[in-house]
Amino acid sequence: MTLLKTISAALIASTMTLALAATGSSFAAVDSAPAATQPTLEQDAARALASSTADHTKFEALQADFKNGPEVTRACLGCHTEAAKQIHQTQHWTWEYRNPDTGQVLGKKHVINNFCTAVASNEDHCSACHIGYGWADREFDLTVEENVDCLVCHDTTGAYKKLPGLAGHPNYETMEWPPKSGRLRPPTDLKKVAQHVGKTSRKTCGACHFRGGGGDAVKHGDLDSSLETPARYLDVHMDAEGLNFNCAKCHVTDGHEVAGSRYGPTASDTNGVQVRGANTHRNPATCQACHGNGPHSGNAKLNDHTRKIACQTCHIPAYARGPRHTKMSWDWSTAGKLDEQGKRIRTRNSIGKVHYDSNKGHFTYDRYVIPQYQWFNGKVKYTLFGDRVDESGVVKINEFLGGPDDPDARIWPLRVFRGKQMYDKGLKTLAVLHTAGNDDTAFWKNHDWDKALTAGMKAVDAEYSGTMGFVETEMSWPITHMVAPKEDALKCEQCHTKKGRLAGVDGVYIPARDRIVFMDTVGFSVALLALISVLVHGAIRIFVSSRKKV
Amino acid sequence: MQRIYIFKRFERFWHWSQAGLIMFMMLTGFEIHGSYTWLGFERAVDYHTTAAWVLIVLWIFAIFWHFTTGEWKQYIPTMDKAQAVFRYYASGIFTDAPHPFRQSTLTKHNPLQRLAYLFVKLVINPLIWITGLLYLFYSSWDSWGLAWLNLEWIAIGHVIGAFLMLIFFIAHVYLATVGHTPTSHIKAMVTGWEEVD
Repeated sequence: MTLLKTISAALIASTMTLALAATGSSFAAVDSAPAATQPTLEQDAARALASSTADHTKFEALQADFKNGPEVTRACLGCHTEAAKQIHQTQHWTWEYRNPDTGQVLGKKHVINNFCTAVASNEDHCSACHIGYGWADREFDLTVEENVDCLVCHDTTGAYKKLPGLAGHPNYETMEWPPKSGRLRPPTDLKKVAQHVGKTSRKTCGACHFRGGGGDAVKHGDLDSSLETPARYLDVHMDAEGLNFNCAKCHVTDGHEVAGSRYGPTASDTNGVQVRGANTHRNPATCQACHGNGPHSGNAKLNDHTRKIACQTCHIPAYARGPRHTKMSWDWSTAGKLDEQGKRIRTRNSIGKVHYDSNKGHFTYDRYVIPQYQWFNGKVKYTLFGDRVDESGVVKINEFLGGPDDPDARIWPLRVFRGKQMYDKGLKTLAVLHTAGNDDTAFWKNHDWDKALTAGMKAVDAEYSGTMGFVETEMSWPITHMVAPKEDALKCEQCHTKKGRLAGVDGVYIPARDRIVFMDTVGFSVALLALISVLVHGAIRIFVSSRKKV
Repeated sequence: MQRIYIFKRFERFWHWSQAGLIMFMMLTGFEIHGSYTWLGFERAVDYHTTAAWVLIVLWIFAIFWHFTTGEWKQYIPTMDKAQAVFRYYASGIFTDAPHPFRQSTLTKHNPLQRLAYLFVKLVINPLIWITGLLYLFYSSWDSWGLAWLNLEWIAIGHVIGAFLMLIFFIAHVYLATVGHTPTSHIKAMVTGWEEVD
């Protein structure tokens, strides 16, 4: 074998020049190499100063001692007259999205997930991640301009924090936070925050998007607080010492409309690089929008893969690649158990993560998680409140559609979050649970399923049938962040092998994974037969000639 | 016994470099097919592809040579003495019977060789080259109007070609030893001079 290797290496080396001349190169020349010298942090700061034409500390309207958020917004709108109108159009504000493919009305306001399950009846808690003030219940007026929260996205101080239970407000009084921790949180210095507004950052976006589902790293798997200052290894674009992208670099925003949403994702983009002046009705948050359709310069075979495979499949070899563990499952069916004193129980596992909480049930966690892979054409179908669920199977909270024959489908990496959650046995639908609140019916207060479900279902104009059960659920999330440097991308052998990453993906021929067993058997058998025949023929020749010599 | 000059310099260079490339491509090819692990999939693909381009270049020269020298006529099939040659390899060879075919510069190949090589040139090689190039230019299928093609069919065709080549290779290597002496054909392919009775 070693000899063979040497020979082959020599052969390759001696013929390389010829071959290169023959193959030529027809690759899109997208130069992704960063500038030779990276700017220092001081240079960055100087550039930020130079790029802004306004110093908000000098604005007269911002010299007031603001009593609450809406007062600040009123001041903002004094100059940025159309900002709230823009915000009112966005999904960030409405928490609503009408899926043009399925007609389903989605968005946080409507979807039931398998984490905290539903916003309805829990608005004052959930709206800590709404870009507005005052969403305490379904009566919230979405048309009031001063209810827009400018600061949560534009704060640069890090001092602004909306707390659950305050309906989207930060604390204006001294408050114990976290609850029962004994630690006091001083009132938010609104004047200071208002005077130090700036562009959005990984930190401001991450305040909600890294902490969805009730905590850091819980929900997405590919988004957590380790992306606030990531190293190159964790995210090649966000690398704090390298390209240092913020979220908006890809999620290009126009008139406060942020591009790229998992409610209406782009599964395949064959339009090439998005140059200035080109059709802007495209999603700018795709890989291809910058890298084009054939980004592997000098390797045509890798570019061929883009016909079937999403970039993310190879370039995000695992999710939760930072130090944080992401939640993998949530079992509500064990929630509600209390200790002998009738108090809430919280137990932690060996890595210090809560694995049982009376309020929520059992959790599991993982890190460096290998995604699941499947065809996905960008269309997602949800199981919404009122949709009939079959308790004998696993209910798909959302289903990613598409198959191998769909030209818009690619093989995508997905995070599949597994849960066991409440459903109404009588109505045969996923249930809405009133979890958070200071009232007697909130589950996290009284741990009474019937009361909490009655209140929850009422919030969506339904009447709880009185019998509930738990149903297994799965929710899929596209994996698209935490893009690894190219040297950490999947290696060919990880799919081109019999039991590789794509072992379960049908409808595509993968060399070294797939074969026609019959053809191989016949082929090798005939070859073996030929070999035996010539050996027998040769043996007879030797035998005959040796007898003649004697 | 006499010696005749059968294989010219380019022909010998073509034969041996092609032989090396085909052996190497069978080894890397069956690795890509998943039959075993040797260089690793990625390197196997890289080397297989490089070797393919080298072989294409070699072929362009060889085809040019065949037509400019008229040597292509060596592959015109004939059934004259074909049966006799077959009978010789099936039995006569064991009893020292004389070979029914006499090699010369104008007829280098016996009738069975002509048929075998023609089969290689008209069936095995085109099958391998057409499927192989389609494999390589997979991303151009749509623009070539070949979107209806299926990678699996191409792969199956390519692997069938590979098996045919493997079987030819086994027979060919063995038959290289059935000359006047076991090494005389091989020597002829190296030096160009064949010993004939």
